[in-house]
Amino acid sequence: MSSSLNPSVLHQRREGRLVLLLLAPALLVVGGLLIVPLCWLAWQSVRQDGGFTLAHYARFLTDDVYWRTFLQTFRMAFIVTGATIVLGYPVAYVAAGAPRRWSVAILAMIVLPFWTSVLVRAYAWLILLQRRGLVNSALTDLGLIDEPLRLVNNELGTIIATIHILLPFMVLPLYATMQKIPSDLTMAGASLGGTPLHVFLRVFLPLSLPGVVAGTVLVFVLTLGFYITPELLGGGRTFMVSMLVSRNIEIYNEWGAASSISIVLLVCVFLIFRLASLLIPFERIMGAR
Amino acid sequence: MAVSKLLLRAFVGLILVWLLVPILIIVPMSFSGARFLAFPPPFWSLRWYEAYFTSPAWMQATGVSLTVAVSSAIIATVMGTAAAYALNLRSSPLLRSLQVVLMLPLVVPIVITAVGVFLVYANIGLLATMTGLILANVMLSLPYVITSVLVGLRKFDPAQEMVSRSLGMNRLRTFFIVTLPQIRPSVITGLLFAFISALDETVVALFISGGQYQTLTKRMFTALRDEIDPTIAAISTLLTAMSFLVVMLASLNARGTAKTDG
Repeated sequence: MSSSLNPSVLHQRREGRLVLLLLAPALLVVGGLLIVPLCWLAWQSVRQDGGFTLAHYARFLTDDVYWRTFLQTFRMAFIVTGATIVLGYPVAYVAAGAPRRWSVAILAMIVLPFWTSVLVRAYAWLILLQRRGLVNSALTDLGLIDEPLRLVNNELGTIIATIHILLPFMVLPLYATMQKIPSDLTMAGASLGGTPLHVFLRVFLPLSLPGVVAGTVLVFVLTLGFYITPELLGGGRTFMVSMLVSRNIEIYNEWGAASSISIVLLVCVFLIFRLASLLIPFERIMGAR
Repeated sequence: MAVSKLLLRAFVGLILVWLLVPILIIVPMSFSGARFLAFPPPFWSLRWYEAYFTSPAWMQATGVSLTVAVSSAIIATVMGTAAAYALNLRSSPLLRSLQVVLMLPLVVPIVITAVGVFLVYANIGLLATMTGLILANVMLSLPYVITSVLVGLRKFDPAQEMVSRSLGMNRLRTFFIVTLPQIRPSVITGLLFAFISALDETVVALFISGGQYQTLTKRMFTALRDEIDPTIAAISTLLTAMSFLVVMLASLNARGTAKTDG
């Protein structure tokens, strides 16, 4: 049989086997520790006492805590994403337009926090924002306030720290996109009589939009799943979806509830990636990190 | 025009300061002699470093974290490099979707991953074990290694492999003698980032580590929930120093690539 095949087909088959062999260990690890449990969670979310049920999902309609938590989480994601665009766009813009030495320095200042532990950064904000923390004592010493401000153990503290932690995820894809915009184009716009603002709005901004999309998806999705920061800085007042999942397991041992919440959050995340992939390729979103 | 440019730069400068200050502020705090956190510290001391280095519990957790980070980084680098090589060998719809599957650890919200791993481990008895921690971190680091190595492979000219093989070297030797030396910087970058991501990993460890196999980050998180212990400032400073070191190594490594390219 094989003798009737020409050598290139044989070669193709051998190469196909090699490809599978090389991918197998990585696929086994990701399959066994991520794909299988995700399917398991999906299964558990529709089971109760050995039968099929939609009760775990029905709670989203009946139990206030569920939809309120999702609402608060999405609200947080919108605020954080908006803020990182406003803060990140100018940083990426200046870094992309600066001479090489400066852009390297600016990028270094973005990458260092990027690779610093989230836990460490959340802790730093705890020190800065607590009642007798550095910000409050500085403001009191300056005579700006009499009573310490309530900056932590609420939504504000969580938002500040989350923006701080996720800003690099916005700046890096933005910078990657802006850096590729040829300066000829903006110069051409200017030589044709466009004012700097006009050239920016009509030439630069549209070309930088893929970077905005990539950054927005990353920051939005990461905020939806944020756990450590709201747990440490939220003081129980900022209740995010991820905390709802962990509470249901750690305290109530409610696997059905935890599973249905996980699946709904996961569907939200996948939908966001799907929507974004209509605009830019998936690889481009993930390439940032 | 000049004024608006100046304002823009000032704004960006402020943002960069805001980005760095919270991380740097921990350093002086960790050398404070006081029990409460004040800035600037009323007097300097090394007592929190002493508290850290003489505590058996912190030392045990540090040992666990370092072991997990080093072993999972090495395993993830080997697996990830093999996978990236395979993904680069051919292009087909199946391989493209497999690549998306291998990126999933970065996409799935970390709490869901943690719950999933917990479920699996509870059933196969890997909870609170070293093996369990290492495997979970291998899974979480694979996307970094694969992304990094793929970038290196795209720059590599596959014709070189063909020349080597037509000269009679087999595939494996060709990979180690021809290909690997040229993609080495991206493999090292992948290794470094796998190491630091495993060292900093917290959420999955909260669910699956325990007993004598608690990671440093799990201990820190639990300690932070209860009270603000200045020992954590000392540990945070050390962790941050480690991150800085890794980023510097990675950038030196990248500069090495730029030179061989030019």
